[in-house]
Amino acid sequence: MISTAILAAEHITHIYRAPEGDVPALDDVSFRLARESFTCLVGPSGCGKSTLLRIMAGLLTPTSGRVLLDGQPLTRAQRRVGIVFQKANLMPWRTVAGNLSLPLELAGLPPAERLERTRAMLELTGLEGFAGTYPAALSGGMAQRVAIGRALIHDPEVLLLDEPFGSLDALTREQMSEELLRIWAHHRKTVLMVTHSISEAVLLADRVLVMGPRPARLVADVPIPLQRPRSLELLHQPDFVALTERVRRAIRLA
Amino acid sequence: MDNVHLVSGQAHERSHSDRAAVADSLVVPPLRRRRRAHPWHVLLAPAFGLVLLAIWTLVARSGLYASFIVPSPASVAERWWGLASSGALARHTAVTLREVLTGLLVGVWTAFWLGYLIARSRPVAYMLTPYLVALQAVPIVAIAPLLIIWFGADVTSKVIICALIVFFPMLVNTVIGMRSIPPELRDLMRALEATPLQTFWHLELPAALPIVIGGLKVSATLSVIGAVVGEFVSASAGLGYLINFGRGTYDTPLVIAAVFTLTALALILYGLAAWLERILLGWQRVNEHP
Repeated sequence: MISTAILAAEHITHIYRAPEGDVPALDDVSFRLARESFTCLVGPSGCGKSTLLRIMAGLLTPTSGRVLLDGQPLTRAQRRVGIVFQKANLMPWRTVAGNLSLPLELAGLPPAERLERTRAMLELTGLEGFAGTYPAALSGGMAQRVAIGRALIHDPEVLLLDEPFGSLDALTREQMSEELLRIWAHHRKTVLMVTHSISEAVLLADRVLVMGPRPARLVADVPIPLQRPRSLELLHQPDFVALTERVRRAIRLA
Repeated sequence: MDNVHLVSGQAHERSHSDRAAVADSLVVPPLRRRRRAHPWHVLLAPAFGLVLLAIWTLVARSGLYASFIVPSPASVAERWWGLASSGALARHTAVTLREVLTGLLVGVWTAFWLGYLIARSRPVAYMLTPYLVALQAVPIVAIAPLLIIWFGADVTSKVIICALIVFFPMLVNTVIGMRSIPPELRDLMRALEATPLQTFWHLELPAALPIVIGGLKVSATLSVIGAVVGEFVSASAGLGYLINFGRGTYDTPLVIAAVFTLTALALILYGLAAWLERILLGWQRVNEHP
């Protein structure tokens, strides 16, 4: 198990220093993510989930503890870790295709290969007709598809998702979950996704990590042994409902 | 004038005492309630111009004022044409234009990089802001003679005066533009391991450009003022010199002809900046009509 872990959090504690006093956000959080596994992180809002994700991405240095990527301490953000934010976070001056190819441009790939990969990603994310569209003309769901495509296009080993569907309406949200399952089936990555939707977490993940209220620590680690491929039909089946109840109880007891 | 805190610098509003933006907002309603413009709407401005011209003619012909106080439009046009056909107008305009363009370039270039530095570095912001605000508080007209004493009566002093006038709006807009960049996009660039140069080229410059170009539009019109101020103090050529000369010899038509030429010059510069905006910020117009 240890040898297959690609990303690991070791005793991560984080305290936000503020003039009014220190705000503890994370308290001794440790976990390991198995290669090509899908893990969801749930917990009450404001419990420090996003802080943890930023730390896992190398965008924030924890007060103490460390993150290991492939056994090496992660000291700064790396391309090997792709990240999708809560907002789509697209560049408004770039078209859909331009936003998708940004990571490739920064990595210095030759134009022909950029074009090829961008075309493939447009297809995978179902955005073929929108290559030349600017972000302002996209719906929230489509913008988030671009964001996911952008995080995947340079083929990172780990994908971190920070409530990627948090700003979408319920219907689009379900569609996007299914879409994410489909994309993940094509690009098996190690995924860590923060969400506040329990059913979303159970539908997507192999494993759900439950965090308690601030300062957050891990209070439960629920394996989700549901068969793959999964679809939205699962939402009404008894074993799915039982698993969501387990997660819900863990959050309540925290 | 621009009362913006460069240090605390929250990007509040896009335009501030921005005459150019004010002009825009007069024509384009802020809430885009698009009523289709009738074809004859484009004739309103020229028609109003003709009315003003008629009033001017009437006042000039009324005999209330001597012709060297209120010359008729015809005599101004005649004087202008005379200057133009002798080549004198082109020569003087060229002198002013050269001062304006060099001053604009120097001022805009310096202000942009200094603004960038201030936006990126808090210590630099704290160190420079009081002096920059003080510099802005100094009336340029008052220090123009000083600059002429130091740098001579030729082009250099005018370029410096021009650059000084252009400097502040450009600086403020650059700082606001750079500070308005969403931190999430900076995170994205970090996550993609972008080099500082890549971050500048792919994020900072395009993200700040709309506000930076707003500054350029203001600066473009101000630059003409800078050159004229310099020429008023001491010069042997240029449109400002023509005005001064005309005033000294009671050649009022010459003064008015030179003023009109200056106005045209400022409008052309503003038009060029607006054209640049259209070219570089095409994506903004696309966004307006989803």
